[in-house]
Amino acid sequence: MSMLTRRKMITTGLATAAGASGLIVAAKLAKRYGLIPPDSGGVYGPGETLTYAAQRLLTRHSLAREFSRTQISEKPFANEVAPLGDDFKRLQEGGFAEWRLAVDGMVARPVSFSLAQLKSFPRRSHITMIQCEEGWSYIAEWTGVPLSHVLELAGTLPQARYIVYRSIQPDWWESIDMADALHPQTLLTLEMNGGELPVGFGGPLRLRVARQLGYKSVKYINSLTVTDNLKPFGKGLGSASPEGGYAWYAGV
Amino acid sequence: MTETPHVRHSRLVRVTHWLMTAAFLALLLSGLEIVLSHPRFYWGETGNDNTAVLFKIPVPASRNLVPTGYGYVLPDQNGWSRYLHFQSAWLLVLVGLAYLAAGLLNGHFRQNLVPNRADISWKQLALSVGGHLRFQRPSADEVWSYNVLQRLAYLLVIFVVFPMIIWTGLAMSPAFVSAVPAAVNILGGQQSARTLHFFLTGVLVLFLLVHVFMVILAGFRSRMRAMISGRAAEPVERV
Repeated sequence: MSMLTRRKMITTGLATAAGASGLIVAAKLAKRYGLIPPDSGGVYGPGETLTYAAQRLLTRHSLAREFSRTQISEKPFANEVAPLGDDFKRLQEGGFAEWRLAVDGMVARPVSFSLAQLKSFPRRSHITMIQCEEGWSYIAEWTGVPLSHVLELAGTLPQARYIVYRSIQPDWWESIDMADALHPQTLLTLEMNGGELPVGFGGPLRLRVARQLGYKSVKYINSLTVTDNLKPFGKGLGSASPEGGYAWYAGV
Repeated sequence: MTETPHVRHSRLVRVTHWLMTAAFLALLLSGLEIVLSHPRFYWGETGNDNTAVLFKIPVPASRNLVPTGYGYVLPDQNGWSRYLHFQSAWLLVLVGLAYLAAGLLNGHFRQNLVPNRADISWKQLALSVGGHLRFQRPSADEVWSYNVLQRLAYLLVIFVVFPMIIWTGLAMSPAFVSAVPAAVNILGGQQSARTLHFFLTGVLVLFLLVHVFMVILAGFRSRMRAMISGRAAEPVERV
């Protein structure tokens, strides 16, 4: 009996030590390879970290499913947004000719583009699904400039880790990591289903993040900031979503 | 043979049982809360307020754009519900994997869950079903061993229903299916996966209700004691 207890104690002790050091090593590695999401603090931090780390390892370069033209939803659903502000309405009256997208932060050349300039850049289309965290979805063809192209023009510095992007609508901003920012399907979207992007769907400019839920595809984008640290933005949780109780990473 | 004879359930079974219970209840609560934000279900790839439903649940929604026909909107609880849902899902998956690995290695499945050859006959099954339908209290033997229907139900839940509900859950994830598109394509689309996930929840809730009812029928105190401390109600000498 005493032999058994001693053996048990030794195995349990060894297993605990191995487990603890394994966890410490895992945490160090995760930090080093950018596998910790900005909202990793708090009660739900462990779950979020596991999801984000697992998906970053599994999906860094994978492409969102693309559909055929016949699968485009006949009746897409335009989700509700807060009433459009005066700034937006003034630009809308001018046909968005004055709309600008500013790019700043960790870039070699801070720039600002008009919609006409954006339209002159190489464009890409994809027919992908947009899924709302509520549970509904639709498929549409999205056409726009890959975010990676605009970042290249501004000259992203090598230490960049995240892109913060903001709507003209107050308090509506998000951020994504470089894996999503440089992803070929991440588009500064100008068109939907072959026509201009309707205001209800985010026109004149929406950032489509094809592998994450709809709330990461922010409507009415007018500024981007390249950064290596999300702490100074808002409450330091990465975006407006965690401030409102929603996960920063929405690849789920 | 480290288990002393009067231990009904091994420590591993007891610990994983209660961790799974906690994870499952958290998943159920948060899952129902998430459904409330859009209590409509569809089949195929897509579905939204502008498309026809497969069915809808007659409850008010927690979002004001969903046409439920009720005059009011429930408070939105999706933020914490989603955080809790995925955290509990991780707990369930990790505990489940530990249980599976241990169960395969130590013979738990073979010894305790795979029905005895003698019990797998129409006659024996009919006897067991008849006994259950008459709410017969289990025999003293069943304090120490599962009956054949119980074994089949546990095997079904462990090896079919839980894997299916995890699969349909992953099939709803836009990032996961970007890496493994077959996970959702086989199911016929993302909304089909969501609908199946909901039905599988129904199967698990049904299992939970029957399971708890059976525990009460067999003797709530003794069965709970066996699953908490490992001690069975009537310690009999096993040879």
